[in-house]
Amino acid sequence: MTVEKETNPQFSEYAHPERLVSTDWLAEHLGDDGLAVVESDEDVLLYETGHIPGSVKVDWHTELNDQVTRDYLNGEGFARLMSAKGIDRDDTIVVYGDKSNWWAAYALWVFSLFGHEDVRLLDGGRAAWMAEGRPMTTEQPERTPSNYPVVERRDDELRAYRDDVARHIGRGPLVDVRSPQEYTGERISAPDYPEEGALRGGHIPTAVSVPWGRAAADDGRFKSRRELSDIYEGEVGLSGDDDIVAYCRIGERSSHTWFVLHHLLGMPTVRNYDGSWSEWGSLVRAPITRGDDPGTV
Amino acid sequence: MRTDLPFALGEIVDDFQAVSARDRLQMLLEFSQELPDLPARLTDHPELLERVEECQSPLFLKVEVDDTPSDPDERAVHLFFHAPAESPTTKGFAGILAEGLDGATVDTIMNVPADLPGRFGLTDAVSPLRMRGMGAMLARIKHQIAALTAPAHSRPN
Repeated sequence: MTVEKETNPQFSEYAHPERLVSTDWLAEHLGDDGLAVVESDEDVLLYETGHIPGSVKVDWHTELNDQVTRDYLNGEGFARLMSAKGIDRDDTIVVYGDKSNWWAAYALWVFSLFGHEDVRLLDGGRAAWMAEGRPMTTEQPERTPSNYPVVERRDDELRAYRDDVARHIGRGPLVDVRSPQEYTGERISAPDYPEEGALRGGHIPTAVSVPWGRAAADDGRFKSRRELSDIYEGEVGLSGDDDIVAYCRIGERSSHTWFVLHHLLGMPTVRNYDGSWSEWGSLVRAPITRGDDPGTV
Repeated sequence: MRTDLPFALGEIVDDFQAVSARDRLQMLLEFSQELPDLPARLTDHPELLERVEECQSPLFLKVEVDDTPSDPDERAVHLFFHAPAESPTTKGFAGILAEGLDGATVDTIMNVPADLPGRFGLTDAVSPLRMRGMGAMLARIKHQIAALTAPAHSRPN
Protein backbone atom coordinates (compact mmCIF):
# COMPACT_ATOMS: atom_id res chain seq x y z
CA MET A 1 0.00 0.00 0.00
CA THR A 2 1.38 3.38 -0.90
CA VAL A 3 1.05 6.60 1.02
CA GLU A 4 -0.70 9.64 -0.46
CA LYS A 5 1.45 12.05 -2.46
CA GLU A 6 2.48 15.29 -0.91
CA THR A 7 0.74 18.30 -2.39
CA ASN A 8 3.24 21.02 -1.74
CA PRO A 9 3.15 24.20 -3.82
CA GLN A 10 6.93 24.42 -3.44
CA PHE A 11 7.32 21.20 -5.41
CA SER A 12 4.55 21.76 -7.93
CA GLU A 13 6.83 23.27 -10.57
CA TYR A 14 8.96 20.14 -10.78
CA ALA A 15 8.17 17.64 -13.51
CA HIS A 16 7.60 14.88 -10.95
CA PRO A 17 6.81 16.52 -7.63
CA GLU A 18 5.64 13.17 -6.30
CA ARG A 19 9.31 12.15 -6.08
CA LEU A 20 9.97 14.56 -3.22
CA VAL A 21 8.70 14.94 0.30
CA SER A 22 9.33 17.79 2.71
CA THR A 23 10.45 17.42 6.30
CA ASP A 24 6.97 18.60 7.37
CA TRP A 25 5.28 15.91 5.34
CA LEU A 26 7.56 13.19 6.66
CA ALA A 27 7.09 14.29 10.26
CA GLU A 28 3.35 14.07 9.74
CA HIS A 29 3.41 10.64 8.09
CA LEU A 30 5.99 8.80 10.21
CA GLY A 31 4.47 5.50 11.25
CA ASP A 32 1.88 5.42 8.45
CA ASP A 33 1.02 2.02 7.06
CA GLY A 34 2.76 1.48 3.77
CA LEU A 35 5.59 3.91 4.47
CA ALA A 36 9.21 2.78 4.78
CA VAL A 37 11.83 5.38 5.64
CA VAL A 38 15.38 4.52 4.59
CA GLU A 39 18.58 6.27 5.64
CA SER A 40 21.55 5.89 3.31
CA ASP A 41 24.83 7.60 4.15
CA GLU A 42 28.43 7.79 3.18
CA ASP A 43 29.50 6.93 6.72
CA VAL A 44 28.50 3.38 7.61
CA LEU A 45 27.99 4.28 11.30
CA LEU A 46 26.14 7.57 11.00
CA TYR A 47 22.71 5.94 11.23
CA GLU A 48 23.75 4.33 14.53
CA THR A 49 24.55 7.73 16.05
CA GLY A 50 20.92 8.74 15.59
CA HIS A 51 18.28 8.50 12.85
CA ILE A 52 14.73 9.50 12.07
CA PRO A 53 12.45 7.40 14.31
CA GLY A 54 11.33 4.24 12.53
CA SER A 55 13.82 4.53 9.68
CA VAL A 56 15.91 1.58 8.54
CA LYS A 57 19.48 1.78 7.29
CA VAL A 58 20.58 0.69 3.83
CA ASP A 59 24.32 0.89 3.23
CA TRP A 60 25.39 1.38 -0.38
CA HIS A 61 28.70 -0.37 0.10
CA THR A 62 27.90 -3.40 2.19
CA GLU A 63 24.27 -3.93 1.17
CA LEU A 64 23.46 -2.56 -2.30
CA ASN A 65 26.73 -3.65 -3.92
CA ASP A 66 27.50 -7.25 -4.64
CA GLN A 67 30.39 -8.11 -2.35
CA VAL A 68 32.38 -9.96 -5.00
CA THR A 69 31.61 -8.66 -8.49
CA ARG A 70 31.67 -4.92 -9.03
CA ASP A 71 27.93 -4.71 -9.58
CA TYR A 72 24.68 -4.31 -7.70
CA LEU A 73 22.70 -7.05 -6.05
CA ASN A 74 20.79 -9.43 -8.28
CA GLY A 75 17.04 -9.96 -7.99
CA GLU A 76 17.35 -12.61 -5.25
CA GLY A 77 19.75 -10.47 -3.25
CA PHE A 78 17.53 -7.41 -3.50
CA ALA A 79 14.46 -9.40 -2.47
CA ARG A 80 16.37 -10.73 0.55
CA LEU A 81 17.53 -7.24 1.50
CA MET A 82 14.10 -5.63 1.18
CA SER A 83 12.42 -8.51 3.02
CA ALA A 84 14.90 -8.27 5.89
CA LYS A 85 14.26 -4.51 6.12
CA GLY A 86 10.52 -5.10 6.25
CA ILE A 87 9.83 -3.28 2.99
CA ASP A 88 7.01 -4.49 0.72
CA ARG A 89 7.00 -4.15 -3.05
CA ASP A 90 4.10 -1.69 -2.93
CA ASP A 91 5.40 0.34 0.01
CA THR A 92 6.20 4.01 -0.38
CA ILE A 93 9.91 4.40 0.32
CA VAL A 94 11.28 7.75 1.45
CA VAL A 95 15.08 7.90 1.33
CA TYR A 96 17.25 10.45 3.09
CA GLY A 97 20.92 10.73 3.95
CA ASP A 98 24.02 12.80 4.55
CA LYS A 99 26.01 14.90 2.08
CA SER A 100 22.96 16.60 0.50
CA ASN A 101 21.44 13.20 -0.25
CA TRP A 102 24.25 11.84 -2.45
CA TRP A 103 23.85 8.32 -1.15
CA ALA A 104 20.12 8.67 -0.74
CA ALA A 105 19.84 9.56 -4.44
CA TYR A 106 22.12 6.63 -5.21
CA ALA A 107 19.92 4.26 -3.21
CA LEU A 108 16.81 5.66 -4.91
CA TRP A 109 18.44 5.05 -8.28
CA VAL A 110 19.34 1.46 -7.36
CA PHE A 111 15.78 0.84 -6.10
CA SER A 112 14.62 2.17 -9.46
CA LEU A 113 16.77 -0.40 -11.28
CA PHE A 114 14.56 -2.98 -9.59
CA GLY A 115 11.47 -1.08 -10.62
CA HIS A 116 10.36 -0.24 -7.09
CA GLU A 117 7.60 2.10 -8.07
CA ASP A 118 7.08 4.59 -5.30
CA VAL A 119 10.40 5.81 -4.00
CA ARG A 120 10.86 9.44 -2.96
CA LEU A 121 13.63 11.64 -1.57
CA LEU A 122 13.42 13.73 1.57
CA ASP A 123 14.26 17.21 0.27
CA GLY A 124 17.33 18.46 2.16
CA GLY A 125 18.12 15.04 3.61
CA ARG A 126 19.43 14.34 7.07
CA ALA A 127 20.90 17.81 7.52
CA ALA A 128 17.56 19.56 6.92
CA TRP A 129 15.77 17.29 9.38
CA MET A 130 18.40 17.91 12.05
CA ALA A 131 18.64 21.64 11.39
CA GLU A 132 14.94 21.91 12.23
CA GLY A 133 15.53 20.17 15.55
CA ARG A 134 13.27 17.26 14.64
CA PRO A 135 13.44 14.03 16.64
CA MET A 136 16.26 11.55 16.17
CA THR A 137 16.67 8.23 17.94
CA THR A 138 19.23 5.48 18.33
CA GLU A 139 16.45 2.93 18.83
CA GLN A 140 16.30 0.21 16.20
CA PRO A 141 12.87 0.00 14.57
CA GLU A 142 10.97 -3.25 14.69
CA ARG A 143 9.62 -3.85 11.24
CA THR A 144 8.09 -7.19 10.44
CA PRO A 145 10.10 -8.96 7.75
CA SER A 146 8.26 -8.74 4.44
CA ASN A 147 7.98 -11.04 1.49
CA TYR A 148 9.50 -8.91 -1.26
CA PRO A 149 9.27 -10.68 -4.64
CA VAL A 150 12.31 -11.54 -6.73
CA VAL A 151 12.36 -8.95 -9.50
CA GLU A 152 15.10 -8.99 -12.10
CA ARG A 153 17.09 -5.79 -12.23
CA ARG A 154 16.56 -3.81 -15.43
CA ASP A 155 19.61 -1.69 -16.20
CA ASP A 156 19.00 -0.65 -19.78
CA GLU A 157 16.95 2.49 -19.25
CA LEU A 158 18.73 3.99 -16.24
CA ARG A 159 22.27 2.67 -16.27
CA ALA A 160 25.11 3.09 -18.77
CA TYR A 161 28.05 0.68 -19.08
CA ARG A 162 31.47 1.63 -20.36
CA ASP A 163 30.75 0.36 -23.89
CA ASP A 164 27.55 2.42 -23.99
CA VAL A 165 29.60 5.45 -22.99
CA ALA A 166 32.27 4.77 -25.60
CA ARG A 167 29.54 4.67 -28.27
CA HIS A 168 27.87 7.71 -26.78
CA ILE A 169 30.81 10.06 -27.33
CA GLY A 170 29.85 12.39 -30.17
CA ARG A 171 26.25 11.18 -30.25
CA GLY A 172 24.69 12.51 -27.10
CA PRO A 173 25.48 14.75 -24.18
CA LEU A 174 27.75 13.55 -21.41
CA VAL A 175 27.55 15.40 -18.13
CA ASP A 176 30.53 15.28 -15.79
CA VAL A 177 29.26 16.24 -12.32
CA ARG A 178 32.58 16.08 -10.47
CA SER A 179 34.47 19.07 -9.13
CA PRO A 180 36.27 21.34 -11.61
CA GLN A 181 39.65 19.99 -10.43
CA GLU A 182 38.62 16.44 -11.20
CA TYR A 183 37.23 17.48 -14.59
CA THR A 184 40.44 19.14 -15.70
CA GLY A 185 42.53 16.24 -14.45
CA GLU A 186 44.30 18.16 -11.73
CA ARG A 187 42.85 15.69 -9.20
CA ILE A 188 41.32 12.23 -9.49
CA SER A 189 38.96 12.55 -6.55
CA ALA A 190 37.00 15.38 -5.02
CA PRO A 191 38.93 18.01 -3.09
CA ASP A 192 39.20 16.79 0.51
CA TYR A 193 38.81 13.21 -0.64
CA PRO A 194 41.54 10.63 -0.99
CA GLU A 195 43.20 10.41 -4.38
CA GLU A 196 42.03 6.98 -5.34
CA GLY A 197 40.22 4.92 -7.80
CA ALA A 198 41.68 5.91 -11.16
CA LEU A 199 45.05 5.78 -12.80
CA ARG A 200 44.57 8.84 -15.01
CA GLY A 201 43.01 12.25 -14.47
CA GLY A 202 40.74 14.15 -16.87
CA HIS A 203 37.28 13.64 -18.34
CA ILE A 204 35.49 11.69 -21.04
CA PRO A 205 35.87 13.56 -24.35
CA THR A 206 32.91 15.87 -25.11
CA ALA A 207 31.62 15.76 -21.51
CA VAL A 208 30.48 19.10 -20.15
CA SER A 209 31.28 20.04 -16.58
CA VAL A 210 28.33 20.73 -14.29
CA PRO A 211 29.34 20.01 -10.68
CA TRP A 212 26.47 18.23 -8.90
CA GLY A 213 26.33 20.84 -6.12
CA ARG A 214 25.01 23.46 -8.53
CA ALA A 215 21.62 21.74 -8.21
CA ALA A 216 21.57 22.16 -4.44
CA ALA A 217 20.66 25.29 -2.53
CA ASP A 218 22.70 26.35 0.49
CA ASP A 219 20.52 24.33 2.84
CA GLY A 220 21.02 21.14 0.79
CA ARG A 221 17.51 21.24 -0.66
CA PHE A 222 17.02 21.25 -4.42
CA LYS A 223 16.99 24.55 -6.23
CA SER A 224 13.75 25.66 -7.86
CA ARG A 225 12.66 24.35 -11.22
CA ARG A 226 13.48 27.68 -12.81
CA GLU A 227 16.99 27.79 -11.35
CA LEU A 228 17.63 24.19 -12.41
CA SER A 229 16.27 24.88 -15.86
CA ASP A 230 18.54 27.92 -16.22
CA ILE A 231 21.57 25.74 -15.52
CA TYR A 232 20.85 22.50 -17.34
CA GLU A 233 18.62 23.68 -20.19
CA GLY A 234 19.76 27.30 -20.56
CA GLU A 235 23.45 27.14 -19.88
CA VAL A 236 24.30 23.57 -20.87
CA GLY A 237 21.65 23.24 -23.55
CA LEU A 238 20.21 19.89 -22.51
CA SER A 239 16.67 19.09 -23.55
CA GLY A 240 14.11 16.37 -23.12
CA ASP A 241 14.92 15.10 -26.62
CA ASP A 242 18.46 14.25 -25.60
CA ASP A 243 19.84 10.88 -24.65
CA ILE A 244 21.91 11.92 -21.63
CA VAL A 245 24.61 10.13 -19.65
CA ALA A 246 25.85 11.51 -16.31
CA TYR A 247 28.89 10.32 -14.41
CA CYS A 248 31.17 11.21 -11.50
CA ARG A 249 33.78 9.10 -9.68
CA ILE A 250 31.74 6.06 -8.61
CA GLY A 251 28.20 7.06 -9.52
CA GLU A 252 26.93 8.61 -6.29
CA ARG A 253 27.14 12.31 -7.12
CA SER A 254 25.81 11.57 -10.60
CA SER A 255 22.80 9.83 -9.04
CA HIS A 256 21.98 13.22 -7.54
CA THR A 257 22.21 14.87 -10.97
CA TRP A 258 20.31 11.97 -12.55
CA PHE A 259 17.50 12.64 -10.08
CA VAL A 260 17.49 16.34 -11.00
CA LEU A 261 17.45 15.77 -14.76
CA HIS A 262 15.03 12.86 -14.77
CA HIS A 263 12.60 13.57 -11.96
CA LEU A 264 12.77 17.31 -11.38
CA LEU A 265 13.27 18.50 -14.97
CA GLY A 266 11.42 15.56 -16.51
CA MET A 267 13.99 14.55 -19.11
CA PRO A 268 12.91 11.06 -20.13
CA THR A 269 16.20 9.51 -21.21
CA VAL A 270 18.93 9.93 -18.61
CA ARG A 271 21.34 7.20 -17.64
CA ASN A 272 23.84 7.11 -14.80
CA TYR A 273 27.27 5.71 -15.66
CA ASP A 274 28.12 4.21 -12.28
CA GLY A 275 31.46 2.84 -13.47
CA SER A 276 32.26 6.54 -13.77
CA TRP A 277 35.77 7.91 -13.54
CA SER A 278 37.10 5.12 -11.33
CA GLU A 279 36.49 2.83 -14.30
CA TRP A 280 37.03 5.11 -17.30
CA GLY A 281 40.20 6.65 -15.87
CA SER A 282 41.73 3.20 -15.48
CA LEU A 283 40.65 1.61 -18.78
CA VAL A 284 43.54 0.89 -21.11
CA ARG A 285 43.31 3.08 -24.25
CA ALA A 286 40.11 4.82 -23.26
CA PRO A 287 40.15 8.35 -24.72
CA ILE A 288 40.62 11.13 -22.18
CA THR A 289 40.58 14.92 -22.39
CA ARG A 290 42.51 17.11 -19.97
CA GLY A 291 41.86 20.71 -19.11
CA ASP A 292 38.79 22.93 -19.23
CA ASP A 293 37.77 22.17 -22.78
CA PRO A 294 35.23 19.35 -23.28
CA GLY A 295 37.32 18.03 -26.13
CA THR A 296 36.29 16.34 -29.34
CA VAL A 297 35.51 12.87 -30.59
CA MET B 1 48.09 -13.07 15.51
CA ARG B 2 48.66 -10.46 18.14
CA THR B 3 52.14 -11.31 19.32
CA ASP B 4 53.60 -8.53 17.18
CA LEU B 5 51.22 -5.89 18.54
CA PRO B 6 51.58 -3.66 21.60
CA PHE B 7 49.57 -5.11 24.48
CA ALA B 8 46.71 -2.59 24.55
CA LEU B 9 46.25 -2.75 20.80
CA GLY B 10 46.37 -6.54 20.84
CA GLU B 11 43.61 -6.59 23.41
CA ILE B 12 41.42 -4.39 21.22
CA VAL B 13 42.00 -6.72 18.26
CA ASP B 14 41.01 -9.69 20.43
CA ASP B 15 37.88 -7.90 21.61
CA PHE B 16 36.79 -7.23 18.04
CA GLN B 17 37.57 -10.77 16.95
CA ALA B 18 35.53 -12.20 19.82
CA VAL B 19 32.20 -10.80 18.59
CA SER B 20 29.98 -10.97 15.49
CA ALA B 21 30.34 -8.58 12.56
CA ARG B 22 27.28 -6.66 13.70
CA ASP B 23 28.65 -6.22 17.21
CA ARG B 24 31.96 -5.09 15.75
CA LEU B 25 30.21 -2.08 14.23
CA GLN B 26 28.71 -1.34 17.62
CA MET B 27 32.17 -1.54 19.20
CA LEU B 28 33.54 0.80 16.58
CA LEU B 29 30.74 3.23 17.42
CA GLU B 30 31.74 3.06 21.09
CA PHE B 31 35.35 3.83 20.21
CA SER B 32 34.13 6.84 18.25
CA GLN B 33 32.24 8.06 21.32
CA GLU B 34 35.23 7.54 23.59
CA LEU B 35 37.71 9.42 21.45
CA PRO B 36 39.04 12.14 23.76
CA ASP B 37 38.45 15.75 22.78
CA LEU B 38 41.44 17.82 21.78
CA PRO B 39 43.10 19.75 24.59
CA ALA B 40 42.37 23.48 24.46
CA ARG B 41 45.91 24.31 23.35
CA LEU B 42 45.20 22.40 20.11
CA THR B 43 41.58 23.40 19.54
CA ASP B 44 42.82 26.98 19.55
CA HIS B 45 45.51 26.13 17.00
CA PRO B 46 44.05 23.88 14.32
CA GLU B 47 47.02 24.71 12.07
CA LEU B 48 49.14 22.45 14.28
CA LEU B 49 47.11 19.43 13.21
CA GLU B 50 47.85 17.38 10.11
CA ARG B 51 44.95 16.49 7.87
CA VAL B 52 44.73 12.83 6.89
CA GLU B 53 43.66 13.15 3.28
CA GLU B 54 43.16 9.46 2.76
CA CYS B 55 40.21 9.35 5.12
CA GLN B 56 36.88 9.66 3.37
CA SER B 57 35.80 12.20 5.98
CA PRO B 58 37.96 14.87 7.55
CA LEU B 59 40.37 13.63 10.19
CA PHE B 60 43.08 15.70 11.80
CA LEU B 61 45.88 14.40 13.97
CA LYS B 62 48.89 15.55 15.92
CA VAL B 63 51.71 13.55 17.42
CA GLU B 64 53.86 14.66 20.34
CA VAL B 65 56.94 12.84 21.65
CA ASP B 66 58.38 13.32 25.14
CA ASP B 67 61.84 14.89 25.48
CA THR B 68 63.16 12.19 27.77
CA PRO B 69 64.68 9.62 28.23
CA SER B 70 67.84 10.09 26.14
CA ASP B 71 67.17 7.05 23.97
CA PRO B 72 64.59 8.31 21.44
CA ASP B 73 63.20 4.79 21.02
CA GLU B 74 62.11 4.75 24.64
CA ARG B 75 60.27 8.07 24.64
CA ALA B 76 56.52 8.07 25.06
CA VAL B 77 54.28 9.18 22.19
CA HIS B 78 51.05 11.14 22.65
CA LEU B 79 48.35 11.11 20.01
CA PHE B 80 45.66 13.72 19.42
CA PHE B 81 42.80 13.37 16.95
CA HIS B 82 39.91 15.44 15.74
CA ALA B 83 37.02 14.33 13.51
CA PRO B 84 33.52 15.79 13.19
CA ALA B 85 30.55 14.05 14.78
CA GLU B 86 29.15 13.33 11.29
CA SER B 87 32.09 10.98 10.68
CA PRO B 88 31.68 8.28 13.31
CA THR B 89 33.54 5.60 11.34
CA THR B 90 36.63 7.73 10.95
CA LYS B 91 36.30 8.79 14.56
CA GLY B 92 36.08 5.16 15.61
CA PHE B 93 39.33 4.30 13.82
CA ALA B 94 40.98 7.22 15.60
CA GLY B 95 39.51 6.03 18.90
CA ILE B 96 41.08 2.60 18.44
CA LEU B 97 44.50 4.10 17.74
CA ALA B 98 44.18 6.52 20.65
CA GLU B 99 43.30 3.81 23.12
CA GLY B 100 45.70 1.26 21.68
CA LEU B 101 48.77 3.42 21.14
CA ASP B 102 48.63 6.63 23.14
CA GLY B 103 51.49 6.61 25.65
CA ALA B 104 53.38 3.78 23.94
CA THR B 105 57.05 4.24 23.12
CA VAL B 106 58.44 5.42 19.82
CA ASP B 107 59.91 1.99 19.17
CA THR B 108 56.61 0.27 19.87
CA ILE B 109 54.59 2.43 17.50
CA MET B 110 57.17 2.40 14.72
CA ASN B 111 56.93 -1.39 14.78
CA VAL B 112 53.15 -1.64 14.53
CA PRO B 113 52.60 -3.64 11.35
CA ALA B 114 51.07 -1.78 8.40
CA ASP B 115 48.44 -4.48 7.99
CA LEU B 116 46.91 -3.57 11.35
CA PRO B 117 43.57 -2.33 9.89
CA GLY B 118 42.83 -5.78 8.48
CA ARG B 119 43.02 -7.46 11.87
CA PHE B 120 39.84 -6.15 13.47
CA GLY B 121 37.49 -8.18 11.33
CA LEU B 122 35.83 -4.96 10.21
CA THR B 123 36.49 -5.22 6.50
CA ASP B 124 33.19 -6.95 5.72
CA ALA B 125 31.18 -4.72 8.03
CA VAL B 126 32.72 -1.46 6.91
CA SER B 127 33.98 -2.28 3.36
CA PRO B 128 37.59 -2.32 2.16
CA LEU B 129 37.44 1.20 0.71
CA ARG B 130 36.49 2.70 4.04
CA MET B 131 39.18 0.73 5.88
CA ARG B 132 41.91 2.61 4.02
CA GLY B 133 41.58 5.54 6.38
CA MET B 134 42.95 3.70 9.38
CA GLY B 135 46.07 2.58 7.51
CA ALA B 136 46.63 6.15 6.41
CA MET B 137 46.33 7.41 9.99
CA LEU B 138 48.90 4.89 11.18
CA ALA B 139 51.27 5.79 8.33
CA ARG B 140 51.01 9.49 9.08
CA ILE B 141 51.54 8.91 12.80
CA LYS B 142 54.76 7.09 11.94
CA HIS B 143 55.81 9.89 9.61
CA GLN B 144 55.30 12.49 12.30
CA ILE B 145 57.23 10.41 14.84
CA ALA B 146 60.06 9.97 12.34
CA ALA B 147 60.21 13.69 11.77
CA LEU B 148 60.12 14.46 15.49
CA THR B 149 62.85 12.01 16.39
CA ALA B 150 65.10 12.39 13.33
CA PRO B 151 67.68 11.19 12.61
CA ALA B 152 66.97 8.11 14.73
CA HIS B 153 63.80 7.35 12.80
CA SER B 154 64.17 9.07 9.47
CA ARG B 155 63.20 5.85 7.70
CA PRO B 156 59.93 5.88 5.82
CA ASN B 157 57.20 3.70 7.29
